[in-house]
Amino acid sequence: MNETILIGLAGVIAAATPVVFASIGETITERAGVINLSANGTILLTAMAGFAVAVNTGSLLLGFLTGALIGALVAAIVAFSSITLKQSQVAVGFVLALMCRDLAYFLGDPYNSVSGPFLTPTPIPLLKDIPVLGTLLFKQDILVYLSYLLIIGAALYMFKTRPGLILRGIGERPAAAFVRGANVNRLRYLYTILGGAMVGLAGPMYSLSYKAGWKGTISGLDGIGWIALAITIFGGWSPIKAAFGSYFFVFLQWLGLVLQSSLTNIPSQVLQVAPFPLMILALLLVNIGNAEWVERALAAMPDRLRHLISGLLRSLRSSPPASLGVPFENE
Amino acid sequence: MNVELRHIHKHFGKVHANNDITLKIPSGSIQGILGENGAGKSTLMKILSGFIQADSGEIELDGKIVTITTPADAIRYGIGMLHQDPLDFPPLKVIDNFILGQPGGLFPRRRQAVKEFMDLCGHYGFKLNPEAYLETLTVGERQQLEIIRLLWLGAKVLILDEPTTGISALQKEKLFETLKVLAKENKTIIFVSHKLEDVEGLCDRVAVFQRGKLVGEVKPPYKTEELVQLMFGKAVSPGCREYTGLNDIAVKLENLSLEDARLQIKHVNLEIRRGEVIGLAGMEGSGQRLFLRALAGLQRPNTGRIVVDGVDMSGKNYHAFMKHGITYVPAARLEEGLIPGLSLMEHVVLSEEKPGFFIDTGSATAETNRKIDEYYIRGTAASRVEALSGGNQQRALLALLRSPLNLVLLEHPTRGLDIESAIWIWSKLKDRCRQCTSIVFISSDLEEILQYSDYILVFFGGKVSKPLEAATTSVARLGELIGGKGWEEHS
Repeated sequence: MNETILIGLAGVIAAATPVVFASIGETITERAGVINLSANGTILLTAMAGFAVAVNTGSLLLGFLTGALIGALVAAIVAFSSITLKQSQVAVGFVLALMCRDLAYFLGDPYNSVSGPFLTPTPIPLLKDIPVLGTLLFKQDILVYLSYLLIIGAALYMFKTRPGLILRGIGERPAAAFVRGANVNRLRYLYTILGGAMVGLAGPMYSLSYKAGWKGTISGLDGIGWIALAITIFGGWSPIKAAFGSYFFVFLQWLGLVLQSSLTNIPSQVLQVAPFPLMILALLLVNIGNAEWVERALAAMPDRLRHLISGLLRSLRSSPPASLGVPFENE
Repeated sequence: MNVELRHIHKHFGKVHANNDITLKIPSGSIQGILGENGAGKSTLMKILSGFIQADSGEIELDGKIVTITTPADAIRYGIGMLHQDPLDFPPLKVIDNFILGQPGGLFPRRRQAVKEFMDLCGHYGFKLNPEAYLETLTVGERQQLEIIRLLWLGAKVLILDEPTTGISALQKEKLFETLKVLAKENKTIIFVSHKLEDVEGLCDRVAVFQRGKLVGEVKPPYKTEELVQLMFGKAVSPGCREYTGLNDIAVKLENLSLEDARLQIKHVNLEIRRGEVIGLAGMEGSGQRLFLRALAGLQRPNTGRIVVDGVDMSGKNYHAFMKHGITYVPAARLEEGLIPGLSLMEHVVLSEEKPGFFIDTGSATAETNRKIDEYYIRGTAASRVEALSGGNQQRALLALLRSPLNLVLLEHPTRGLDIESAIWIWSKLKDRCRQCTSIVFISSDLEEILQYSDYILVFFGGKVSKPLEAATTSVARLGELIGGKGWEEHS
């Protein structure tokens, strides 16, 4: 394969890593039945704060920890107001998303365009020499390797372990999980905060690695959190599908950049914006089987074709955790 | 395990749901708990199973006083409960439902669990596929899963809350057989029901509840009149059969074929006369619901015609059917029939077609109060529908039906209701028939189908029988057809 394209694709994987963390974090939170809409603000705030801490202490590790901590704190606010105070998760999440964003721009002003430390790639010996895959997957920084583990680990945990089964249970039917011995509200706190910490890590992944530095409103991070939320849905609340959604989105963005030079007659703005409607289109395709007109159209098709198409649609279709956003009350 | 409840009290706001209940249940027996809706049966059982706590009173198990604060406590003491609406996870696999909540290490030992699951299924004669998704199972099969799951976790006391609601006659027979086996294995069975025939056919002793109090304990042989008297404080009985059909045809089905992901129904021809009642019998998921939804315009037929009042309705949508006087009353009252959060008055406003932009609160309230009186709904015009009891919700749904109507389609019109409410609902429906409205209804209660239908259609795996005259059909004959026997003359 062409070396330039390969390096470009390796860049796609690196750039998608924060989105992978954020969307898997949100997937875990939503599987427990809580919607945390604050992701967009959280990512901006932690990008700024993680960078600031790293600049002042010279420690990258402290920068990342700060990000996780702030993400966890914001999530704890969502958890407290929704689980304990039984307030609307959507309203609280929205307000936090806006507040954290403005806070990031305001508090981050002194660090605007300051130079600071950033993470460099650590190729893995032996694995990096595998043709194609070596360049694509194993000449990355340590966070990218962590994201591979996260994808596999989260999927394993969710679908193969006992606590993972309970996690799915509390988001689906908390009363039934309660009857089976789960402490629903405590677990919801736990998973909301855990998911929030992952979303929080996404911020410093930009400011200390992929888009090193803090540039205030032109950091180009605004909107990432919303995309992560969309990917959570698009990925059908599955960590593996969420990861593929993240890679797909960043790939589309990269494609837009690459095609700019060859498709000069199309305005560059169109190519920059294109990933968003394409994402929506993908979402539509995934969930099209739910629509009534599709069912009606299917009913009119010949038998073999209908069975093929409806089977395909059913395998793509996913339904949200049935108790998503619904507080649990024992009677 | 011997269970003893002493002086249990429980209040919900002003309602005294359990008033000084004292009850002794010996090991190895089947104890019936009988009472009408809202008598306090479920409350007591939720207290025993740790779902809620009593305000005061003691629970003694095998002579030891215990405190049960959560369902997990209860199962540790060996008490397991099957809730009326099975508390399980429909999108998960059967085996995942089985494992979920079992204490143990990080990774469940699936293979071991599957083996033990199959052994238990074999022992009790259940046919469950561990890898199937729960949402593809019937309520009866979900009950079977729940029973073996609780036994697997070491339950010695099994509480069943209205277990015969929503399961087929065959599954009920199987359930009773299983419960008898369990009692022989020295388990304690507590069977909560408002259905007399269930309690009479199964229980070693029956405790009768009325308005939060235990009003009597009865041993076999049971006298139905005595139980009814205890339950309601008065005697109740259904009316006589009466044929209300006329000669002209309201709805005609010509060569109708339907299909969904699981079933195919082929070439149904049927004429429904005005004022006639047609009962649809069959195991859940045999096609009755698909058929009913097609009549409502919610399911598009593959071929064939539905003719209402001489107008061909094939391919038209639900609203067009509604305009032609066809109304559908679904089984899920709160999910599909009523709108939680809105008051009775607001429902009345929604259900009538009146001109004007603003709601005329005065006249709407008056109209609502008239309906509340006419339909004996326990509530006020301002009551939110979700706060009403099941029986009152069903009455409210009937009160909201427009008139005149050509055809009312009902799904389990009396599911979960006590006899008195059921008889009352049917008397109102028969009034409708006298006003030339036809009725098509689904029920899993064969007695109900035989009592109130003029003609019966039996469904089996998408096959539809010819209309059977209810007056000359027996429960046994229906049972056979539902189970798939004796179909030769129908195909």
